[in-house]
Amino acid sequence: MKRRTLLASVALAASLGTAAFAQDDPTKACFVYVGPIGDGGWTYQHHQGALAVKEAYGDKVEIAYQESVPEGADAERVLTQMALSGCDIIFTTSFGYMDATNAVAAKFPDIKFEHATGYKREHPNVSTYNARFYEGRAVVGHIAGKMTKTNKIGYIASFPIPEVIMGINSYFHHAKMANPDVELVVTWAYTWFDPAKEADAARAMLDQGVDVITAHTDSTAPLAEIAKENGNAWGFGQASDMAAFTTNDDGTPGPRITSIIDEWSPYYVKRVGALMDGTYEQVDSWAGMPEGEVVIGPMNDAIPEDVKAEAQAMIDAITSGEYHPFTGPINKQDGSAWLAEGETADDGTLLGMDFYIEGITGEIPQ
Amino acid sequence: MDLGAINPILLIASIMVSATPILLAAIGEMVVEKSGVLNLGVEGMMITGAVVAFAVAVNTGSPLLGFAAGAVGAAALSLSFGILTQLLMSNQVATGLGLTLVGLGLSSLIGKPYEGVKAPSLPRLDIPVLSDLPVVGRMLFSHDIMVYLSLLLVVAVWAFLKFTRAGLILRAVGESHDSAHALGYKVVRVRLLAILFGGACAGLGGAYLSLVRVPQWTEGITAGAGWIALAIVVFASWRAGRVAVGAYLFGGITVLQLNLQAAGAQVPVALLSASPYVITILVLVIISARGMHGAPASLGRSFHASN
Repeated sequence: MKRRTLLASVALAASLGTAAFAQDDPTKACFVYVGPIGDGGWTYQHHQGALAVKEAYGDKVEIAYQESVPEGADAERVLTQMALSGCDIIFTTSFGYMDATNAVAAKFPDIKFEHATGYKREHPNVSTYNARFYEGRAVVGHIAGKMTKTNKIGYIASFPIPEVIMGINSYFHHAKMANPDVELVVTWAYTWFDPAKEADAARAMLDQGVDVITAHTDSTAPLAEIAKENGNAWGFGQASDMAAFTTNDDGTPGPRITSIIDEWSPYYVKRVGALMDGTYEQVDSWAGMPEGEVVIGPMNDAIPEDVKAEAQAMIDAITSGEYHPFTGPINKQDGSAWLAEGETADDGTLLGMDFYIEGITGEIPQ
Repeated sequence: MDLGAINPILLIASIMVSATPILLAAIGEMVVEKSGVLNLGVEGMMITGAVVAFAVAVNTGSPLLGFAAGAVGAAALSLSFGILTQLLMSNQVATGLGLTLVGLGLSSLIGKPYEGVKAPSLPRLDIPVLSDLPVVGRMLFSHDIMVYLSLLLVVAVWAFLKFTRAGLILRAVGESHDSAHALGYKVVRVRLLAILFGGACAGLGGAYLSLVRVPQWTEGITAGAGWIALAIVVFASWRAGRVAVGAYLFGGITVLQLNLQAAGAQVPVALLSASPYVITILVLVIISARGMHGAPASLGRSFHASN
């Protein structure tokens, strides 16, 4: 027997062997992370979701993950490795894994692939999932409008993509409804993660009289910068709760007055469960507060009681489906009509959002 | 556009804070390069300094002890570079790059327990009379001690290289290690000391990031500041005063572009964001077009007494 044939038959025997044992084996759920688990934000929350899967199903599942996988060619190698190592379902948790996920999925039709924040489902075994972060921005926008004393609120933006623009619009729209005099300052950092630059962006806005800032970047640096204002400026936790910033150095509440938390656990538990009981289907999931994927963290005592109650009412209304954060009348920046009275935005428009709403100054960088 | 919203006093104050980490790292690297050694591990030493300083400051409650520990930690790391390149004759470029990788990995290992922890803050100096002056008081005289230390360090390095015998020896070693050796100077020892100094300075720069500028520890906190410091040394054509100018220019443009954005300037944001890098490249082009390189002649070359 030639060596090549020998190897092939060994491989065949091995794969038959695994197939035979497959029913007794625990289901293996694998996760690919774009950053370190210790980023305190985006990747940390995905890992919490992975741990929740283990918690929910105990010995029936096995978890594997790899941190700081670069988007691009490396991702394809890591995914192939995971697929060969017996993963039954693989979650790829960053937008930049989109093509690699689809490419590897084509080669392993029996393995399920789940890609976060993407839109390509080229094969029946590829699903996509995302969260409606703009629902959280609506609540913090309302709080920002009520909290600002200078009537200037800020937004540290990362890149001009629909998800960020959606967040800016939702934040401003609700701040404006809470406080008609409010003015929005947007600063583009052109990075997801650069603590020094994020801190500088916060500092630039603080120096110009902005006193409530929300960030669309991944680190806690903006909060640390806001803390230097000793209770005269406020910010929000982003992606994760960032509870370390709940009190200022002098003991007063702040700078983090509440947070928008990405809670992936319900989705991960549901999908792995569906795979185990055979009800798994390809989906394009975009869930938010009703499903518990977008959560507002504890509100601290810097927020007056009545504002807390209003924010809670908004959370309840969004959760029950009574209220959509983009409900008309809303005009576009140039004054042309976008949503009529009572009309709500459709998902297609939101996912491709490339315009500011009326009242925001400045232009979206091209 | 509302440029009136930009307060020049606060702008200059925040430029000084923003420029300090790269200034510290760059002045250290300049001394290393003046001695003829190219250490590309600045990023790795900076981030090691950042994490060690943060850990010590959190555990002792003293930011100044943190700075000292950051300098010592990064110097210790640079010593490994020194031993490899000076005693074991390894390639400086490859070893320097390796040092960066080691520093990044080591720092995330050490930093794990410190994520999300708050650091004790370094108080602003309250200099009698000077801090109370209108305008300049807030602008120049109410920073923390490290800002002034970094500027003093620039003056000290300049004076050391220009006026002292030891400075002359260091420059001689960097220009021609064979001649310096023939004259009886200890080339390897001088270079090791320069490498240690460069490591300590990079550590201080990193410590300034994690204890003052950002104040917290997150993985990858330096985000390329070490590479900027390396570029600034070339930009400054190996002169101490110009290193300070380069660091302040770079820090200044970074802060200024964010302020312009926040003030709603009608300039394309992408252009503003790229401006610090564009201007650095422009200056480098001008310098090389004028033919004033000023690079030490033995820069990056290995030395062994037998050669």
